[in-house]
Amino acid sequence: MAINWFKYSAPTTFYGLAGKMIPWFAFFAAILFAIGLYIGFFVAPMDAQQGEFYRIMFIHVPASILSMFLYLIMAGYAALGLIFNTRLSAMMASAIAPTGALFALISLWTGALWGKPMWGAWWLWDARLTSELILLFLYLGFIALHASIEDPRRADRAAALLAIVGSVNVPIIYFSVTWWNTLHQGSTIKFSGTSMHIAMQQAMFTMLAACWLYAIAVVLARVRSIILERERNTAWVTQLPGIADLSEVKQ
Amino acid sequence: MISLDIWMRENPLTYVWFGSYTFALIIFAIEIAMVIHKRKITLQQVRLMRNARDETREDAKEEDAA
Repeated sequence: MAINWFKYSAPTTFYGLAGKMIPWFAFFAAILFAIGLYIGFFVAPMDAQQGEFYRIMFIHVPASILSMFLYLIMAGYAALGLIFNTRLSAMMASAIAPTGALFALISLWTGALWGKPMWGAWWLWDARLTSELILLFLYLGFIALHASIEDPRRADRAAALLAIVGSVNVPIIYFSVTWWNTLHQGSTIKFSGTSMHIAMQQAMFTMLAACWLYAIAVVLARVRSIILERERNTAWVTQLPGIADLSEVKQ
Repeated sequence: MISLDIWMRENPLTYVWFGSYTFALIIFAIEIAMVIHKRKITLQQVRLMRNARDETREDAKEEDAA
C-alpha cells in the first residue's frame, strides 16, 4: 500500500500525526539517554591522555552534530517554504530554531568545560569554536528576526533568507579543523575507521541517537503549538477534541 | 581560579557530571517546560476565541429573534 506523503505536508493532517509520534520519540529518547549515560560512565574505560575529562564528549559531540544538522534541516525547510510557499515548512523551520540554538549552547558550554582542564582555557578564538559561536548567533538572529515581524508570512520569508545565507557557516564549522591550523582536534570517527574504544563508540552513538530522538520529539511538540496558533481561525482547529470538549463543558 | 583548577583535577567525575551533564539536563528540562507552557497558552487562546465566537453568534441569534 503506497503512502501519500504529500498528505502530511498539510498542517491539518500533520498535526494529528505529530501528536501520535511524540510519545514514541520521547520514550525511546529517555531509554537511550539512560543506556548512553550508563555505558559512558560505567562501561567505557578511562582515557589514557585525558583521564575522566574525555567523558564530556558523550554529550559534547552529539550536541555539536545536532546543532549543525538541525541548522541545515531548518534552512532546508525555510527554503522549501520560500520557494513553494508551503505553510508547514515555515512552521517547521520556526520550531527547529530554539532546539538548534540550545544544542549549540550545550556544545559551546561543554566544550568550554573540556577546554579548561585540557587546554588551560575556557575559551579560545579558534576557528572551530568561533564558527560554532557564529552558529549560535545565527539561530538567535533567526528567532529574533522572526519574532520582530508581526505578519507571520512576512516573518517566515525574512527569517528564511537569513537561514539560507547562514547555512554557509555549517561546512565552515565542519571543515575548520582541516582548512585552518586549529587547536580543536580533528574528527576521531572517519569513514575509513576509528581508533576509539568500542565502549566509547557505543556510548557516543547511543547518546547521539538519544539527542536526535529528543530533538524530533521537542520539535514536533513545538510545531503543534505553532500550527494551532496560526490556524486558530480555521474550522478544523475549533473542532479538535480537546478544544471542542471544553467549550461544551462550559455550556 | 587556582582552587577551581585543583578541585576539578581532584574530582574529575563530579566536574564532568555536574558541569556538563547536569547543565544539559537542565537545558532539556527548561525546553520541555517551555514547550508544555506554550501548548497550554495556545490551547487557552484557541478556546477563548472559540467561546467568544460562539457568544457573538448566540447574541446575533437572540437579536434576530427579538
